[in-house]
Amino acid sequence: MSVLVPTSLADALQALAEHPDATVLAGGTDLMVELNGGHRRATSVVVVNRVPELCTWRHDPITQTLRLGAGVTYGQIERDPIASLVPGLAEAARTVGSPQIRHAATIGGNVGTCSPAGDGLPVLSALNAEVELVSAEGIRSVPFASFMVGPKRTLREPGELITAITVPVVDGWQGYAKVGVRNAMVIATASASLVADARRGTVAIALGSVGPTILRCPEAEAYAMQHANFSERSLAADVVSHCCELVRLASRPIDDHRSTAAYRRHAVGVLAGRLLRRAFPND
Amino acid sequence: MTEPGNLIYTLHVNGQSSDVRDAWIGESLLYVLRERLGLMGSKGACEQGECGSCSVLVDGELVCSCLVLAAGAVGQQITTIEGVAPAGAPSDVQQAFVDAGAVQCGFCTPGLIMATHSLLERSPEPTEYEIREELSGNICRCTGYGRIIEAVQRVAVARRGAQ
Repeated sequence: MSVLVPTSLADALQALAEHPDATVLAGGTDLMVELNGGHRRATSVVVVNRVPELCTWRHDPITQTLRLGAGVTYGQIERDPIASLVPGLAEAARTVGSPQIRHAATIGGNVGTCSPAGDGLPVLSALNAEVELVSAEGIRSVPFASFMVGPKRTLREPGELITAITVPVVDGWQGYAKVGVRNAMVIATASASLVADARRGTVAIALGSVGPTILRCPEAEAYAMQHANFSERSLAADVVSHCCELVRLASRPIDDHRSTAAYRRHAVGVLAGRLLRRAFPND
Repeated sequence: MTEPGNLIYTLHVNGQSSDVRDAWIGESLLYVLRERLGLMGSKGACEQGECGSCSVLVDGELVCSCLVLAAGAVGQQITTIEGVAPAGAPSDVQQAFVDAGAVQCGFCTPGLIMATHSLLERSPEPTEYEIREELSGNICRCTGYGRIIEAVQRVAVARRGAQ
């Protein structure tokens, strides 16, 4: 096994071009668990947490977008100034592991691992985030929805590095909710994110841990949008209940060591109801 | 005279350069600290970042050393429990843990001391809620946390009084 620690983006891309089979290590909170446990063998590891280009972020007030370098940590995202630009993502960040984990874990690593239980991912899905990938050949941008193709499976090609995640800065309510066995240090049994864009009049709902990928709920979103009053932030109680039912139907959960499909389907409906009420507090 | 063994890489631990010899390149920082450098203060329990007993500072950030690839930490400043105070002279946090009865079996204590130093560095007068949140990555199975929270509060009060 070889370990490379590039200190510039150019060096990182060269390392990946020379070792296309390399495993990329960012915060280490996923990969090291597998290495420590002997569940994974890596022939070469490219450590990217010392690449300064990946550790920056930029808010563009003209395009109303936030570009988060892949190396930005959840510890940074849960605090201002980033938190007030993407409060839903900050809420998700706050539920990731523990302070120790959040100081190391990066948004790029979360997207790179792409577990259906990744806490940041439902928010990125609901925000229609774009994933930026760079290789020695060039740069491309992929919508998060098509980037994640299965549990821990993505469109990232060998030699490519996730360099940034870009999300819109939305005028409206956004949030994240999660069910687990306890508050700290817990992997989501079911999770959901809701983004209400008051200017465009849209509602986006994305679900985690209840399918092979992060799932969007087009029927529930359309029904909520049709009935919501964005200026008064109101939504009728029967509309909320029907949306929850549509969310339950959109979920595709499985039974595993962490929970049952039946519980997950129920829980994700409850979470959607809570998020809808927070976004639209009035009846 | 040179040390025996092949030099693999050098880490910067507690202000000193420490040569790591004859190590497998995929070892965690926790393993290297304990087994290669003889620094036994950081404890290993879960080796998956859940218990916090291996907490150290890397470039000033509190992290689980079991989740740090040691070879990837070359050039970074690492502070372990052995580096928070000179031997025989406990830090104010260490003394407060003793005084408050926050140490029982002691296994989680080094990690909690590191987490407390890190917390008080950023937030000198934390609320109880903040203390509970910031120490939520450190599991203690003996104390029930009451005396740990008390110890943290004692340090905050003493430091304020000393100003």
